[in-house]
Amino acid sequence: MSNTIIEVVKPGLATSVQDLGRTGFQQYGVVVAGAMDSFALQVGNILVGNPRGAAGLEIVIMGPELRILEDTVIAICGADLSPKLNGERIPGWKSIVVRKGQIITFGQPQDGAYAYIAVAGGIETPVVMGSRSTYTKAAIGGFKGRYLQKGDHLASRPLNISLGSVTGRGLSQEFIPNYKNAEKIRVITGPDQSAFEKSSIEQLLSSSYKVSAQSDRMGYRLEGPELNHVDGADILSDAVLAGTIQVPANGQPIILLADRQTTGGYTRIATVISIDLPFVAQKFTGSELQFEAVQVEDAQMLYVERERLLKKISLGAGQVD
Amino acid sequence: MFQISAYGDTGLRIQFGEHISKETNQQIRSFCMLLEKEKIPGVIEWIPTYTAVTIVYDPCTVLYKALIIQMEKLQNRLSAMELPPAEIMHIPVCYGGEKGPDLATVANLHNLDESQVVSTHSSAEYLIYMMGFIPGFAYLGGMSEEIATPRLESPRSAIPAGSVGIAGEQTGIYPLESPGGWQIIGRTPIKLYDPNSLSPILLRAGNYIRFIPISEEEYEVIKQEVDEGTYIPYVEAFEE
Repeated sequence: MSNTIIEVVKPGLATSVQDLGRTGFQQYGVVVAGAMDSFALQVGNILVGNPRGAAGLEIVIMGPELRILEDTVIAICGADLSPKLNGERIPGWKSIVVRKGQIITFGQPQDGAYAYIAVAGGIETPVVMGSRSTYTKAAIGGFKGRYLQKGDHLASRPLNISLGSVTGRGLSQEFIPNYKNAEKIRVITGPDQSAFEKSSIEQLLSSSYKVSAQSDRMGYRLEGPELNHVDGADILSDAVLAGTIQVPANGQPIILLADRQTTGGYTRIATVISIDLPFVAQKFTGSELQFEAVQVEDAQMLYVERERLLKKISLGAGQVD
Repeated sequence: MFQISAYGDTGLRIQFGEHISKETNQQIRSFCMLLEKEKIPGVIEWIPTYTAVTIVYDPCTVLYKALIIQMEKLQNRLSAMELPPAEIMHIPVCYGGEKGPDLATVANLHNLDESQVVSTHSSAEYLIYMMGFIPGFAYLGGMSEEIATPRLESPRSAIPAGSVGIAGEQTGIYPLESPGGWQIIGRTPIKLYDPNSLSPILLRAGNYIRFIPISEEEYEVIKQEVDEGTYIPYVEAFEE
């Protein structure tokens, strides 16, 4: 059972259904995909009363125009892409009621690139290999395996709670990320650090790198001081993870993101720590990044803290999951 | 060799060798069987490759140092692991013609007839070293150097699913339509990747495949069976 709740009037740049990704099949080459900013999607879900891993709509830079077909509750989290309801600016990181016939639009990006619309009940699409995430290259998951198009109708699971009970919840200001002023992106060096000249590791950690125009859900290509290999850029194909920084022969790093392949053939100088991945994803073409090395233990403490925060917000919202 | 290193804050990489070899592949296969069996709390999944296994884990359940200790315990049990016998799956391939537009290029480069290329390509048993790149793609070892051929100078924008190609000393099958620069010598009607199937990926690392030449007519018959869901690939035990 599901209710049709959203009609796509204009699709926007690349609007897709995403959850937390397709895990468990990487050993067969199946790409994880999922939300580029998993923190924003999870908070959105919590605010509308969903499990954290429910599917929502991922919106990038130029948002869609959506018509609401049934009263429901939504929360828009992540980038501030100037969302409006019937022309009135609506706040981010907050659950609000939307009524049948109302129109959601977006305007100028203010901060960040990826926003998420979480809908009470979650977006319902067929589950493929354990996930609803859209992976367009293999045309799987999400809405028919593709970005949304004009005229698409999206469904959600019917609510068994009253709208009022999940309305007006917000994330405290102190936890709302500021993407523009994001400090350094923290990384753990390796696993191929010995494939690089020592000075190149220092170079990576002391220079500024610019996000190039050749950047998408698969990864962000960076431009900056060249990183030099000791003995070539190629390795035997090996696993790559979210945030892995590959360096091909041209010496320019590539940060791998949601739609990365499961394996790659280039040396890996470092991997971005999990809680900083959203800040990478939210960078625009042309913006600058600086890296800072941390120890695994420190990164994992931050990871555990982040998890505690999400649990705390869930509890505050009256949910346990 | 059993060298553990951190790989980001959710990954652990264990290296078993420096080069592509059957021995390393068998160790990796054994290790993955242990992971499958032990279901270690916090371990989400693992990605076996030519010389390493990368484990993806949840630091809220198990931290880096604790996971290393668990992995070392598994290593102690490796030598006692008995691997089930490997299987060979037969992959029917229609060589040449419009399904294998580069067969002539490969033949000409080596001064062979097209039929010689086909018999060389289909007489070997290929070990599946690893899966990766795109869903269902198998990295195969064992192709004869006699038919090794460089990639196309300019990649094609779309190669149909099932296409069988050669790139340097590698051979492989495209599980889904994608751009690519491999020399395409034939096509199989069977699906290596079917997202709607209960078992979406046909091949498994550690097993073998053999290519079986078929005619255009046989291709159509098998394709129809595949589309109807009645085709069952032929599998036999592999003997060393």
